[in-house]
Amino acid sequence: MTEPLGWVFIIAGVIFNVLGCLGLVRFPDLYNRMQAATKSVTLGTCGILFGIFLQTGFSALGIKALVAVLFVVINLPVASHALSRGSLINGVKLWKKTIKDEFTEDRGGASIIDTEDPE
Amino acid sequence: MTILLTVLVLGAFFCLYRALRGPSVSDRVIAVDIVAVIFSSITALMGLQYRLAYLLDISIALAVISFVATLALSKYLEGRSLDD
Amino acid sequence: MRAGRVIFYWLGAMAVWLLLTWTVHWQSLVVGALVTLIAALAFGQQLPVMPLRLFNPRRWFWLLVYIPVFAWQCFKANLDVAMRVLSPGLQLRPGIVRMKTSLKTDIARTFLANSITLTPGTMTVEIKEDVLYIHWIDVQSEDPEKAARIIKGPFEKLLARIFD
Repeated sequence: MTEPLGWVFIIAGVIFNVLGCLGLVRFPDLYNRMQAATKSVTLGTCGILFGIFLQTGFSALGIKALVAVLFVVINLPVASHALSRGSLINGVKLWKKTIKDEFTEDRGGASIIDTEDPE
Repeated sequence: MTILLTVLVLGAFFCLYRALRGPSVSDRVIAVDIVAVIFSSITALMGLQYRLAYLLDISIALAVISFVATLALSKYLEGRSLDD
Repeated sequence: MRAGRVIFYWLGAMAVWLLLTWTVHWQSLVVGALVTLIAALAFGQQLPVMPLRLFNPRRWFWLLVYIPVFAWQCFKANLDVAMRVLSPGLQLRPGIVRMKTSLKTDIARTFLANSITLTPGTMTVEIKEDVLYIHWIDVQSEDPEKAARIIKGPFEKLLARIFD
């Protein structure tokens, strides 16, 4: 019973991973890209690892996959949070259609919203 | 299984495009981070295919190392030292 | 409290080691005990959780409630991202908004930030004391309180029950 369910999790994970990469290519600025990439790749990788756990059960392989799920869920959001803060402080431009940027307002810096399309 | 691995490698190539093209340093950093995580899931799938448990260790180590690298680079972008 | 934290860290690290190696051979046990002891002595002081808090079963119950809610929100977020990626025109109204949280402890705020990052359309950019800055891919409301209610979803209440 658990084996086909494991395959479902793995295939869904692979599809989400690839969609995340596609988002990394398609979206207009760094912050939107980071959103797409972080969300999809986190759930995709967790899906793959959980599928491995369902397929192998409580063996060495399955338990390691569960521990890896824990690591990925904690690490990827923290990495994207740190990187987005670093690039905001560094002044990487926001997209031209961005509505407001209260972070830079509160820091008292000049606006970093892009004025024209770089493409 | 082969199809799944091929699709994942294709996704990694999309990220590689962003890493080569990306207008800012942060784009390249996040692209390389995502490539590392995708390769960690490829390693995990290979561990399932050949029933080798130690490939899962490699997968965990890859994810954690890419995490630490991303943190260090974002500290650098902020202009702070690595200590605080 | 120093020794308590170190011992707690040691036990936690030992549990992770046992799960990772998945054997009870004595050589593996001795090496694991030594390595995790060194790690506990080096990093135990920075452990944010007070150990005694963890022995309250009600917190564990709410943690069990939190996990499926979190997984469901995460899945919805991914469908949202998939729709945006696959739709031909880009309908985005991104913006960075400010939000206050009522959570007290650092670990609860960290979990809130991670949950927000993985829920539909939002990503935490910065935490300063009790103010969170959030990059929102599709700003639905300019009113701060309404925005905060949409962004937090069910998470803040659950996390207050778990950690505060």
